[in-house]
Amino acid sequence: MSGSHRLRKIQGRLMEGVCLLAALLAVIPLFAFMWHLAAKGASSLTLNLFTQLPLPPGEVGGGLKNAIVGSLVVVGLATVAGIPLGVGAAVYMSEFARPKVASSLRFACDVLSGIPSIVMGLLAYQVVVVRMHHFSALSGSVALAFIMLPVVVITTQEMLRLVPHSLREAGHALGIPAWRIASSISLRAAAPGVLTGMILAVSRVAGETAPLLFTSFGNPYLSADPRQPIATLPHTIFTYAISPYDDWHRLAYGGALVLVLGILGSTLLSRFILWWHRRSLNV
Amino acid sequence: MDVPTSTTLESPAPGLGSRPPSTGAALPPAQPGAVQVDSGPPPAEPPLAEPPPAEPLVDRYHRSTGRTADRIFRLATGACALSVAALILVAVLYLVHGSVPAFRANGLGAILSPVWDPTNQKYGALSFLFGTAYTSLIGMAIALPLGVLTAVALVEILPKALSQAISLAVELLAAIPSVLLGLWGIFVLVPLVRTVEIAIYKSPLGLKKLPIFAGPPLGVGYLSAGVLLAIMALPFILSVTREVILQVPSAQREAAYALGATRWQAIRRFILPYSWKGIFGAGLLGLARVLGETMAVTMVIGNTPQIKASLFASGYTLASVIANEFTEAPSDLAISALISLGLILLLVSILLNGAARIMLLRLSRSHGTPQEVK
Repeated sequence: MSGSHRLRKIQGRLMEGVCLLAALLAVIPLFAFMWHLAAKGASSLTLNLFTQLPLPPGEVGGGLKNAIVGSLVVVGLATVAGIPLGVGAAVYMSEFARPKVASSLRFACDVLSGIPSIVMGLLAYQVVVVRMHHFSALSGSVALAFIMLPVVVITTQEMLRLVPHSLREAGHALGIPAWRIASSISLRAAAPGVLTGMILAVSRVAGETAPLLFTSFGNPYLSADPRQPIATLPHTIFTYAISPYDDWHRLAYGGALVLVLGILGSTLLSRFILWWHRRSLNV
Repeated sequence: MDVPTSTTLESPAPGLGSRPPSTGAALPPAQPGAVQVDSGPPPAEPPLAEPPPAEPLVDRYHRSTGRTADRIFRLATGACALSVAALILVAVLYLVHGSVPAFRANGLGAILSPVWDPTNQKYGALSFLFGTAYTSLIGMAIALPLGVLTAVALVEILPKALSQAISLAVELLAAIPSVLLGLWGIFVLVPLVRTVEIAIYKSPLGLKKLPIFAGPPLGVGYLSAGVLLAIMALPFILSVTREVILQVPSAQREAAYALGATRWQAIRRFILPYSWKGIFGAGLLGLARVLGETMAVTMVIGNTPQIKASLFASGYTLASVIANEFTEAPSDLAISALISLGLILLLVSILLNGAARIMLLRLSRSHGTPQEVK
């Protein structure tokens, strides 16, 4: 008996070791990726990257000003369209909809958030580019807004759900109309959480490339016109990364570092806001 | 303090004592706070000596602004919700509309032909279907066991602080854009995979004769794409599986330990069997996620429309061919054919996501605790 006991103890230790090894393996990609990017991109991370336009391959220097500006324009427009719509939908789901309706809407959002981004790009192509007869920053924004929507709705709705019911009931007891309860009580109480959702949604779409290939299309020159094709940071990184030129690879690494620092920074920021918010709500 | 005639009415609310008598008088005793909502002071009327009728202020408020505003607000937010839900339908309709010319010209059977040659109007999608299925399979074969074992380590073995740190690191991994992982893939992963492939190629055991290791060791191909997909699926699988394992009732664990089980036996015989449905759901979600992954795969798979069993061979996926050829499509028919590939991706992802969500929802309902999945 004691022999079999020892055997299963050894077997247990062994398998626990395998689990720990898996956990170690799971964190390696992040660190390997960050290490590589920092090593390769740090030298390109200069002021020129933000203030200069790209140069043809063979010429040293140049920057990604057009791509950075373009990304700000495309993501900014998508945010302006996507966030109010998403927050509105979330308010409806948590404040007005009957439970069954709310849960089917939630289901739709869950499914929507799993649709590949390139398919959303095709949709934006069909809806905007085909009508305008040319590529444009606007169509890229539409694609990103489609991708952003379910993220905004899901996180906002989760945050509204954290608001205690007693707050809303207090509003009703005071005879406050439902729209004021939704906007001045529920949304107000959930504001930090809603902000978190917005940051997450923006950082999710800021790195999207696939839907922009055939919507915003890219542009070697500086442009901020929503009706014209525009360069974006992720798309430019893609083009430069698959090119055979070392100068372009360097620019791609610089841009990649900017993008990843922005995205990881805002993800960490949103987590911090959320932690602080949950603590203040005592959930 | 000037004492209004109807002092008795407002005595319960201390702040109201100094209010002008007209407002105070119009207030029913039950709703002292409604005063704050009322923006304009009521028309000047002489202070009432007797208690007012039971429903004046609130109801007047409702009738004038409250009800209309409520209705408008409800309608507006409802329209937002409807448009979000309708987006799925709109996507399906537009993509069906876009792919009609291709289906009309080639017939539905063309999908299953292996020849893709847009300049000669041949639009067979079989090699892309194969590439998508094969790379996804490789990705899931790596990510699923890794995710489940990691989740077990996080929930059952590691101390809380460490397990939170690991969760954070993996969540950050999920935030990294596909195109950047592709960049890392080109310059780090592909050379690494190539070294492994060369080792297998040269190995004295004759491994290169096996069909899955056949062909020259290029680095780019199914294996590199599959590894990148595994990295991208891992955060999803891990977060869902971790939630599922956390939901296992502690009575289950305690029963195992009471029977004298070691920790591993408790995990193997009591906790994992309890969670396998949820793990399956996690697998479906991960699969749906990797099927449509575009950029990283496009950068390392080699983009060759062919069907090979070897892990080392280059291939092509549905998403990559759309990404690479859409802006260079030689004809409207080619665009339509690419859109029809997108339609396949859309329908498959709706089916998989729907099935996975329904499974996880049922599971969380039967366990009685709400389960949040990002």
